This record gives sequence, structure tokens and C-alpha cells, in this order.
Amino acid sequence: MKQIGIQNIEELYADVPRKFRLKKKLNLPNFMSEHEVKRFIETLLSKNVTSQEMPTFLGAGCWPHYVPAVVEEIIQRTELLTSYTPYQPEISQGMLQVLFEYQSMICEITGMEVANSSMYDWASALGEAVRMAARLTKRTEALIPTIIHPERAKTLQTYSDPVGIHIHSVDYDSETGQLDIEDLKTKISKNTAAVYIENPTYLGFVEAQVKEIAEEAKDHESKFIVGVDPTSLGVLKPPSEYGADIVIGEGQPLGIPMNYGGPFLGIFACRDDMRMIRQMPGSIVGMTTTMDETKRGFCNALQTRQQHIRREKATSNICTNEALCAVAAAVYLASLGPKGLKELGETIISKTQYAMRLLSEIRGIKTPVFKSPHFKEFTVNFDDTGKTIKEIHEKLLQRRIHGGKKIVEEFPELGETALYCTTEVHSKDDIDFLSNALEKIIGEDES
Amino acid sequence: MFKQARWKEPVIFELGHLGRRGHILPPVEKEIQQVVGDPKNQIPEKIRRQTSPRLPELSEVEVMRHYIRLSQMNYCVDLGLYPLGSCTMKYNPKINEKIAKLPQVTSIHPYQDRKTVQGILEILYKLSHWLAEITGTYEVNLQPAAGAHGEFLGALIMRTHHKFNNEDKIRTELIVPDSAHGTNPASGTMAGFNVVVVPSDEDGCVDLRALKDAVSERTAGLMLTNPNTLGIFEKNIEDITEIVHDAGGLLYYDGANLNAILGKVRPGDMGFDIVHMNIHKTFGTPHGGGGPGAGPVGVSEELAKFLPVPTVAFDGEWYYLDYNKPYSIGNIRGFYGNVGVLVKAFTYILSLGAEGLEEIAEISVLNTNYLMKKLEEIGSYELPYAKGRPRKHECVFSAKKLNKEKRIRALHISKRILDNGLHSPTTYFPLIVEEALMIEPTESFEREELDRFVGVMKKIAEEANENPNEVLQAPKNTAVNRLDEAKASHPKTMVLSWKMHLKKTTSS
Repeated sequence: MKQIGIQNIEELYADVPRKFRLKKKLNLPNFMSEHEVKRFIETLLSKNVTSQEMPTFLGAGCWPHYVPAVVEEIIQRTELLTSYTPYQPEISQGMLQVLFEYQSMICEITGMEVANSSMYDWASALGEAVRMAARLTKRTEALIPTIIHPERAKTLQTYSDPVGIHIHSVDYDSETGQLDIEDLKTKISKNTAAVYIENPTYLGFVEAQVKEIAEEAKDHESKFIVGVDPTSLGVLKPPSEYGADIVIGEGQPLGIPMNYGGPFLGIFACRDDMRMIRQMPGSIVGMTTTMDETKRGFCNALQTRQQHIRREKATSNICTNEALCAVAAAVYLASLGPKGLKELGETIISKTQYAMRLLSEIRGIKTPVFKSPHFKEFTVNFDDTGKTIKEIHEKLLQRRIHGGKKIVEEFPELGETALYCTTEVHSKDDIDFLSNALEKIIGEDES
Repeated sequence: MFKQARWKEPVIFELGHLGRRGHILPPVEKEIQQVVGDPKNQIPEKIRRQTSPRLPELSEVEVMRHYIRLSQMNYCVDLGLYPLGSCTMKYNPKINEKIAKLPQVTSIHPYQDRKTVQGILEILYKLSHWLAEITGTYEVNLQPAAGAHGEFLGALIMRTHHKFNNEDKIRTELIVPDSAHGTNPASGTMAGFNVVVVPSDEDGCVDLRALKDAVSERTAGLMLTNPNTLGIFEKNIEDITEIVHDAGGLLYYDGANLNAILGKVRPGDMGFDIVHMNIHKTFGTPHGGGGPGAGPVGVSEELAKFLPVPTVAFDGEWYYLDYNKPYSIGNIRGFYGNVGVLVKAFTYILSLGAEGLEEIAEISVLNTNYLMKKLEEIGSYELPYAKGRPRKHECVFSAKKLNKEKRIRALHISKRILDNGLHSPTTYFPLIVEEALMIEPTESFEREELDRFVGVMKKIAEEANENPNEVLQAPKNTAVNRLDEAKASHPKTMVLSWKMHLKKTTSS
């Protein structure tokens, strides 16, 4: 204070109009010591029941997976954790190289050539992808499947409305759940900026008509956008092989805990096409050299697309993204390798198959609702049990099991149906435990 | 002398060996194998993956070594001053990390029955109320994932508000000052507005006459940060709010610069209708090399009905998620926000209380004015706008003089700072300052560390006179020397993935 010639810190606030100055203390709890804070919050948190304490069969876009210790270790490295967005590349090579490697691994699993270094999550990535397709095609309509996570569809709506993009849903085949190609043909037109599908779909089955859908999109010069769960890409065809222009998805299962829904990791990738790359949202790390060309290095590329340079003409306003989650995904994919990713996919299929088979033996349960191959998630219909999902769910909870997500309000045409999820973390015992519990609960009042 | 680690670390695809594995999955139980058979057969051939992705194949040790080496080539706030302006790079208390890593935070699913998640819901409920108290707003929604995401939401709320009043077709213009953060105009465009820029006056504040000329029946609102990006408090804030409100527009507060006024003056009290906060700036959560952050948005009572669904509510017995908001703008993301980040902010506020937060504001402003005084004394860096007025969280110097006399630009100075083991300020922003060096020290650094920065700036000014090549050729002590950034963006030389690298090297 002496150095800057003031008597009182208040002098530094002299230019704040008196009438606006806060005349009271903020109404907040009194400060606590670290130990008190820890005890206080741990007590609060003890009211939560974790998926480790009760088997949880919830998925729907947030999936329970094992996070390898090496992933946790690296993302806690303070050099990465407490660094800012790498605006000065020479002193931030670590983060930049990891992000370049993340982008590269996303390209390998999706088959695309360019990926950005992250979006907020799958839902916002969808919003950005459709806007990008609209800019590229100068068109104002997008087609999405009826079977889509409602929060994702609503987020897309929020992103599309302000720029006048209209979203239309394409029906599904009631037998198989597969996209109704005839309905697609009716709805697609020269106004269609994008055709969007998901694989696997929101309700867990695999969309197999990808070639046909891609052809429809191509015939109408619409962009083909595919949303993925990346853990399926060791066993499912990469979207590049069936003509995707833009691939998006949720990176959470790649080493990021559920965290009650965030932070997550929006995947965003496209083809090596300069027109498309220039319309990409978000930051992209590129590989370059030092000025004297003696050494390889990394820096942000194509920043003229971004808000800090292009302001109101930027492709997106995104600035802070989910970089550290991208680091986690990179470490996860590097730890698994190609064989690990394939095994992960196969393990998930085995668990899901086993669970569906076991549950379908229970009287009154129909699973899956759709006759299609399934991955990780599956629909379970309770119509013939004579009980509501609500009752069944309550009784499962009493037995320390968390059942799947009720989708009755989202898809009333499917009746008393819930969406269940099994991954590599569900042991045979967990699945048997669920099956036994359901059998008892459903059988109970009948006796 | 500072020397950053210089590992000749290959790209991960160049490491490892066929068949190596870093992580082994639990095997599928025999009984399941017997029932299911080969899982491959469950997927029809036309949709089955035929060729393996070319992911690296490494042991766990190799994975660890690779990333530790890379991490050693990264500057961070735990190493020293990180004076990026408007970025609020403060210390991130370690207890926050410990709490956020508890399984009661990481291992809960967003669709769990409310009976099993009362703890986290109570935390989110209380946090949103604390943030409302801190910003002087009526209700805070925690969903946005970052500041810009909050701005997008704020702009959408403006839009929806005008739609509610049947004025959305007319009110299509969003006003931003020329000193605004780049996200402001970009968010305005995202939300479908035409962006109108108003100039600053000679004091670096919003030019009131220009603002009066800019507002009309087409005005949807004004986005403003206060203190502004020059670190100056907009002293005419009352006139500004009056002009915009009288024209029927709304006022949006960009909370990137909130740190300086915590407990001193609240955006809501100044007349702002919509406010976003950067949790990863003001509330001490780490920036993670670019995220995740969180950008909660607070609004006035009138606008609360437009906030996105769901919100965390309390019925006197249970905390729950409320989806029943008929006027809501809808969803802006999946689930309920970056909860893992928000928990850290809850811990931060609890550790500081009202007094602690106010002290943060005071020390951060004191640090800024101390740095400003000391840098002015060097004589080589000019402080444009509002001479003699104190700054708040940050100050902006111009390297105009060195550029004119010695061809040494802000860019060169920033690179030379890196050579001295410190991070550089934000450069070339705000746009209204030529050769800008935008400096925000935050409250986290003691006088010795600030003096170290001043010493470096003084040394660079001397080098500029005596040995300008030292400055022009910087950096030399970082993991790599000066990089060719143009090459990274040129279509011919651009390499955005390893795949592209292979394609380019095999074709040439």
C-alpha cells in the first residue's frame, strides 16, 4: 500500500458508485478450516449411495465403466491440471502434444482424419454439428431419428432455433427399431442440411442400415452426421467406412467417471476436407516445427475460426472446453490399445447378451423390445408382469439394486419399458443378483 | 536460470511394440461365454469392424513415462505467476481436488433415484443460492459447462424474454463494447443476434454518447464486463443501465472479471439482469489446460422462468430435480452441469466464507495496482487510458514505444518472459490497445513473486536497448524454441492428426 501510495484498500474502490456498494456482509456460511470443510462435506456426501455400494444398471448417455489408475494419476498431474489453455505453445508443449495425440486417437477409432480437442458433451456437439452442416450446405433443415435421448434432442433444438434450423424426426420400424428408410425418403429434400443417426442408438441396438441412410444423404447432398459411443468402435464399423461426414459422440466412457453427469467430453471429428475443416467449431491442435525447422512442436491451428480472433464471425463461441477430459481419454485409449478396445466391446456385448437372455426368462418380462443386435444398453418391458416400473424400481432399491432408466414418458408407445445398461464393470454375480431380485419381485403378490 | 525440460519425446504412435498392453480388462466369466458364445456373432457382418484401429500399443510403464515427460514440458500455476489477463489464474486449493475425487461424487449416476443422491443435490442447491447471493441475482442455474456456454444461455434468455413480450422479431441487435471479450460477440451470433459494437471513450469506458446512438427499439440488450478488460470500473454504470433499460433492452454481465469485486459490489445491484460466473476463474477450480470449467448463470426474478431445465429444488423434505418449467428455454446440454467442478467451488466458498471472498477481491486489486505502479516505473511500457485511476483485477500495458523504437513487439516480449520461467500476460487484447500486454496477477501471489515478474520486465526493456536479438529470438529456454504457427494453419503444411501426418509424409 505504501508503494502505491494508499492508506486503505478502500481507496482502490473509490470509483465504484456509493449507491451500488454492498452495505452488508455477504450472507454465506462462516469460513471453515480445511479439516472442518472436509468433515462437513463428507457428512453431506454420505447421503449419496454410489454405484460401488449398489449395482447400478443405469446408462442412457452416462455409463459406469472402470477408470484405470494410470488415467487418474495423469490427470492429477498439477502441470496439466493447473495450466491454462495453451496460448503460449513453447511453454505448453506437454498439453498440446497430449491433445494432438487425443485428436489422433479419435481419428483412428472413428476413421475420420480431423478431430477437435473437445466439445462440452455429446448433446452440445450435436448442436454444433448440425449448425456446421447448415453453414456448409446453406440449408435450414435437419433430420434426426425418433429414437434419440430427449435431452440431446432438446439441446439440438436450443442450438438450432436461433439460426432458423428446423429439426424433423424420422420414424422407426416398430419391430426392429431400425430407422424407417421409407419415412427418411419422404422427409429428405434439397432443404436437408444434415441427416443424423446414432450407433448404437439411444435404446442400445445397432443401426445396421447405415449404407442405405448414407446413400440417401449423399443423393441429396446433405451432410451425414453419426453419433457414437466410442467403446463400441472396437467392434462396430467406424462411421468413416459408411460415409459419415461428421462424427460426434460422448467420450465419458473413455476414462471419465460418471460425476453425476459432468464434466464429460464431446467428441467432434470430420473428413480431411478444407471446406469442412474451416467450419469446424472449437480448438484444434496441429503439429508444426520450430521456426528454424529443426524440431517438431505443437500449437493451436486454424485459430481464425475461433472467437478470440474472429469474434462475431467465429464458427462457435466455445472457448474453455473439456481439455483435461480429453487427456483422460487419450491415456485410456493408449492404455487399452487396439486389442483392449476390441475386448472391451466384446465384453460389453457378452454381458448385455447374458443379461437380456437371463431377464427374458422371467415371466412377464420382454427384453429386448426390438429385434436387433444390442450393445451395452437394452430395453426391458414389464407390461405383462402386472406391475409398474415404479413399483419394481422401489423394490429393487430396497434390495440395494438400482434399476434402469424408466422411459415410459419418452416413448409411451413402448409401454412400461425401462432402459438397462451393462458394461465390463457388471460381473455375472451382479447380473444374476438383478435377475433373481426381479424374479422375486414380480412373483411376489401373485402368490 | 530457467530451463524447461526438453524431452525428445516421440508422438505416442511412434512408441511401444505390437502386442503390448497397458490395461487388462476383467475376463468374461466362463458361464457367460457358454451362454453367449462368440460375441462377434452378435453383430451382423455388414456393421462389424474389420480392421483394427491403429491405436498405440504400450505397457502401463510406457504410458506413464510418456505422459510424465510431456507433463514436465508444461507450465502451470503451481510453478509460478501466470498473469494472463481476464483468465484469473489463481492457486487451486488441493482440498478441492480431494473432495471431488470422492466416490460419492464420481460414482453417482445422474438418473439415480433422488433418495440415493440427497448429498449431491443439497450441495448443488446450496451452491446455487450462494452464487445468487454473491452476484446479487434472484436465481442461479449451474448447468453451463464454461463461460461462453453461460453467455450463450444468457443471450438465449434475452431472446426468449423478448419473444415472451412479442418483440423478438424487432429486437435483433445485441450491443457489445469494442473492448469486450471475443466470446461476447460470438455468443451473440450463436443466439441469432446481430452484433453492434460501441466504442470506448478516452477513459477506456463505454462511450455514453455512442451508446445512446446505438440503442433503439431494435436493441435486445448489452453485454458488458465490469470492471472492463482494461481493469477499469465502468464508473457510469448507472447511466449505462438506464440507457439500455429505457430502450427496452436487458443487461448482461460477463463474469470473467468478477474476482475484483467479490463482496464489494454485486452485478445484480448494479442493474444487470443476467450474470454468468466463471467457476474456473473466480472460484478457484483448476483450468485443466483448457477445461473443464463451469459457467453458472444468475438472473433477475423476472427472467427466472426462462432458465434451462432441470433446476435443483427443495420441498422442505427432499432435494429434487425440477423439470416443470413451461417457459424454460429448454436444454443447453445433457444432464445437470459439470458437477465434478461445481463441488470444488462449493468447497472453495466454504473454506473462505464472506470475509475470505472479500479479501480475495482486495488482495487481487492491491496486487494489480502494485504491479502497475512498478511496471510504469520501468518507463518502457505505457499505460493507456484513465491515467491515475486505479485498476481492479487487471491492467493493460502497451509495448507501442518499444515496437516503434526497436521493432520489439508484445509478441517478442511475451516470448522472452517465457525464457525467464514465467508465463506471459495475454497479448494483443483488448483490441483497443496497440501491442497490448494484459496482466492479471490475482490474489494468489506474494510480493516476491510479483517483484520477480517486474524484474523480468525490466530486464527485457534493458535487453531491448542493449541486445535486442536476445528478445527477438526468444524463447530459447522452453521445451521448444519459437514455433512456426503459420505452418500449422496452412492447408499445404497443416497436420491435425497422426493420420494426416502419415498421409502427408507418404505422399511427398
